[in-house]
Amino acid sequence: MIILENVHFAYDGIYTALQGVSLQIDDGERIAIMGTNGAGKTTLVKQLNGLLRPHRGRVILDGIDTKRYSVAELARHIGLVMQNPDHQLFLDSVEKEILFGLKQLGFSSEDARIRCESTLLNLGLDSLADRSPFTLSGGERKRVALASVLATEPRVLVLDEPTIGQDAKQKENLAQMLRDLNEKGRTVIVVTHDIEFVIENFPRTVAMANGTVIADGPTSSVLSNDDVIERCSLTAPQLTLAARSIHAIHPDVSERLTLLSNLEEEIVRVLRGA
Amino acid sequence: MPLIEFQDFSFKYYGADFLALKKVNLTISEGEYVVITGPSGCGKTTLCRTINGLVPQFHRGYIAGNVLVDGKNTRDHTVAEMATIAGLVFQQPENQLVTLNVEKEIAFGPENLGVDPVEVRHRVEELISLLDLEHLRDKHPHEMSGGEQQRVAIASILALKPKIMVADEPTSNLDPKNAELILDIIAGLNKRDMTVILVEHRLDLVSKDASRIVLMNDGRIVADGTPRNILVKDLCQEIGVGVPKATLVYKSLKNRGIDLGSVPLTGEELATLVKEAS
Ligand SMILES: Nc1ncnc2c1ncn2[C@@H]1O[C@H](COP(=O)(O)OP(=O)(O)OP(=O)(O)O)[C@@H](O)[C@H]1O
Ligand SMILES: Nc1ncnc2c1ncn2[C@@H]1O[C@H](COP(=O)(O)OP(=O)(O)OP(=O)(O)O)[C@@H](O)[C@H]1O
Ligand SMILES: [Mg+2]
Ligand SMILES: [Mg+2]
Repeated sequence: MIILENVHFAYDGIYTALQGVSLQIDDGERIAIMGTNGAGKTTLVKQLNGLLRPHRGRVILDGIDTKRYSVAELARHIGLVMQNPDHQLFLDSVEKEILFGLKQLGFSSEDARIRCESTLLNLGLDSLADRSPFTLSGGERKRVALASVLATEPRVLVLDEPTIGQDAKQKENLAQMLRDLNEKGRTVIVVTHDIEFVIENFPRTVAMANGTVIADGPTSSVLSNDDVIERCSLTAPQLTLAARSIHAIHPDVSERLTLLSNLEEEIVRVLRGA
Repeated sequence: MPLIEFQDFSFKYYGADFLALKKVNLTISEGEYVVITGPSGCGKTTLCRTINGLVPQFHRGYIAGNVLVDGKNTRDHTVAEMATIAGLVFQQPENQLVTLNVEKEIAFGPENLGVDPVEVRHRVEELISLLDLEHLRDKHPHEMSGGEQQRVAIASILALKPKIMVADEPTSNLDPKNAELILDIIAGLNKRDMTVILVEHRLDLVSKDASRIVLMNDGRIVADGTPRNILVKDLCQEIGVGVPKATLVYKSLKNRGIDLGSVPLTGEELATLVKEAS
């Protein structure tokens, strides 16, 4: 379990980024963090693995204040994929990049090789194993950064904007991998602006603005709250807009946040019933 | 005369063992708004780099065929010369930011093109207010959030007042409201006179503004047409294009024998069609 207690942070002591964030994250949860550009999402997730430390308040992992742990110690529990893959990739081949993280965490070479291979395959990178990350496309680079952390299957996975540069198929592959890891008991935390990715994959959403948490709860209620949508610079998903507009004429169609299959069934009912 | 013309253009990056672009033929006229989409690694960024001359002037490699932009063959003109015609917003904004603060960053491009200092000041102030960057004015571009960097990168290209704006996934780091704001600004400039070529995976964001979608796969153009004509194709889902949810609902209904009559791209359009049909 991770607890953030009233965490404050300012870059160089003057640029305020977090102003009293409190959160409790239980083992095995899937949580999305959404919100305005500059809200403090990246700053927040860097507190989790110790890349940044709170100026006030505490981050507690399984009852122990993380200030007692070094970044290397925290890395045994918490794996972070950064927003910008350039800040993460430094070796001259994709395979070396993945193997490096695995070796750091003490996996045997045989085990590391197997994990590396299957992760590359799952993320559509298998044909790129020998390439230098610096010659890859933007989306490919992001997937290498993801692979280097996903391969180690840390207890807590923290992914900052994992869907950037990903096409629909890659996004679905990634979602599948996250579901599988979650089923094995891993905690998954993502920061993302992709509202559909959140609705489809994350039961809990934390919405941020101005260095604070504006709302925290079930995704379906957080993302259908117009006040939260407004304050956190979100927009209602297209299917919700459709559902609302149809609801105005057919009140029996739910205006709540909708998955594609639900809306489709409702429309079939309206049109066939008529 | 077309503004941009790819003639059987192929390109292989130096050291690579495959072609990133394969015999591309593409003609774009002045005033168009073209969205380029397709799976990760299919060649979208390479195509963008070709329009402003980074390929082959900066990214070297094997080339065949020609690319003409505003009558200039990109083989024969430097990136600096091409910059007066086509401005490119990089996929990774941080790689584009070169100065010490946001104000200087926005002024940098037009200053280098020799624009009158009074006019440069005017453009900088206009963009700071339009893109809501006032609170970042004095900040170092590398000491900002990802979305803030992306907005500054876009502002610095808009400051050039380019004839052609090439934007490589310009909303990838933006929150939904900021994405809407930026896309509305780009659409507004397109209505005036700017030609737009924009790479995007989330097509519900841009299909209302685009006059045309060019679909790429494996270095080739595999479909080219209006958003409604392209997005309804099964090929889109097969290769992994982010088809708008409203369009997916339409297709699903059609498979079940319910035809809504025309292809919706947004939730509102879908709702209107359902209301008309009921
Ligand atoms: N290195 C830095 N130095 C100074 N200020 C910074 C630095 N990094 C971020 N900031 C500021 O801290 C605040 C929070 O930034 P952060 O990167 O956490 O935002 P974010 O919610 O991740 O935004 P985005 O959605 O754009 O990625 C912003 O106001 C930003 O300008
Ligand atoms: N500098 C380079 N050297 C060698 N190969 C490269 C280089 N840059 C890109 N490539 C390769 O060329 C192909 C096309 O890359 P490009 O960046 O154009 O793809 P893209 O469609 O923009 O992908 P994404 O959606 O992931 O950004 C990819 O297979 C990529 O690995
Ligand atoms: Mg961020
Ligand atoms: Mg690209």
